[in-house]
Amino acid sequence: MSALLDLADIAPAFPDPTRGSQAVFRKVMEAMARPGVIHDLGFAPDAPQGLDRAAGAVALTLFDFETRIWLDPSLRGGLAEGWIRFHCGPPLTQDPMAAAFALVTDLASAPPVAAFNMGDAKYPDRSTTLVIQLPSLEGGPQVVLTGPGIKTEMPLSLAGLPDGFWAQVQANHEQFQFGVDFIFVAGDRVTALPRSTRITIKGD
Amino acid sequence: MTARPNEPERYYNYAYLDEQTKRMIRRAILKALAIPGYQAPFGSREMPVPYGWGTGGIQLTAAIIGPDDVYKCIDQGADDTTNAVSIRRFFAQVADVATTEETAEATIIQTRHRIPEKGLTEGQVLVFQVPQPEPLRGLEARETETRAMHAYEEYGLQYVSLYESVAAHGYIASTVGYPTMIEERYLMSPSPIPKFDNPKLGQNPAILLFGAGREKRIYAVPPYTNVRSLDFEDHPFETQTWEEDCALCGAQESYLDEVVLDDSGERMFVCSDSNFCAERRAAGHAGPMAGHQLAALDKEPA
Repeated sequence: MSALLDLADIAPAFPDPTRGSQAVFRKVMEAMARPGVIHDLGFAPDAPQGLDRAAGAVALTLFDFETRIWLDPSLRGGLAEGWIRFHCGPPLTQDPMAAAFALVTDLASAPPVAAFNMGDAKYPDRSTTLVIQLPSLEGGPQVVLTGPGIKTEMPLSLAGLPDGFWAQVQANHEQFQFGVDFIFVAGDRVTALPRSTRITIKGD
Repeated sequence: MTARPNEPERYYNYAYLDEQTKRMIRRAILKALAIPGYQAPFGSREMPVPYGWGTGGIQLTAAIIGPDDVYKCIDQGADDTTNAVSIRRFFAQVADVATTEETAEATIIQTRHRIPEKGLTEGQVLVFQVPQPEPLRGLEARETETRAMHAYEEYGLQYVSLYESVAAHGYIASTVGYPTMIEERYLMSPSPIPKFDNPKLGQNPAILLFGAGREKRIYAVPPYTNVRSLDFEDHPFETQTWEEDCALCGAQESYLDEVVLDDSGERMFVCSDSNFCAERRAAGHAGPMAGHQLAALDKEPA
């Protein structure tokens, strides 16, 4: 992790960091406020190999020297790590419990949800936010979301989730006020799932 | 609505705050939305106005605002009071944002102590200025204790306080900052809005963000969230009502301010929501004092 960066390999970030990060944040805020609604981040810059545009946009908008980042092993040491280190400057960690954000690109081999920081009873906001990159936010098995931010109910059909993942998310909700929060990204698109959302698996 | 062109020379970063501060506030907003009613600490900055003038709300607005937004700012419901006009001009200057007094036109509404009469819609963000975010502070002075009470859902003291009010007055006497329970988990101060506005907190289509600058706390009520005003079965929650109608627009269902007119005790009741009242008058509604000279005040440019 201490290797010098080769600046020739570093792709540019937002052409206008102020406007770019503000526009991305508003989409992410809307996503966190209305779980399951999918937003487009197609205006964001290209992200380096291994990261989709939306994943890169979320990283540029929320990561900095105050946030310890758990990077997916497949990103470590690669162009994506160099890009994030150059543009955001966050400390990196391999300890899921220490992470403010986790950037997960291979969910099947990532630690279980419960391995990340669930927050403190008095400070539940100190939990990890998992940014999970998927092949698509649509087309997978459907679950139904209810809870704050959702008027009646909201269907969500994330694709590429490993078996048993929704059960982990349900367990995460059950222990509210503790819990991690999820931002799902795929290609140019983003949606979010805070710990407050109840999940009903179809066929349950 | 007045659009403001981008200025070639800028003395501050866009929307006043530096980018790192905005990121820090944005992260707190996301956690606040994920844990409705929970007070997330944040690194509140010094702002170019004193504490108590809306520093928490201004920082929230600065962290979310963009050039495509349309910004409205109200103080006790009115667009034309000093504080509201100053903050609106501030964001017109530092964020190149269009401003408006029309509730329906705004994407971000910053408010001190009222929720607009007109129903909000999806896509709107209501930013509250909060002097004291801790609903239990009047009952327990120590932050370490109130934080533990929230952590373990120990809200008995709040109910005792309401009971004492019933015992002393025969009813729950609290009229502003009436305590609310968010999703049956977190006790939350609605900021000093009149309890008249409490029913608008729940199942609101807009995002409600609360910022306390001096106390360094951010909290939120996401859209369509269950918000319950605390009460007892035999003393159910009630909002204020008036025997009078608005003297200028005749509204019967809005929150009214009492205005003393002279030394002999002459008084009138008018809508606290100035835009609501103006729109009604423009639509032809008239109250008993419709021609009064106070009605002409809305011609003032903001």
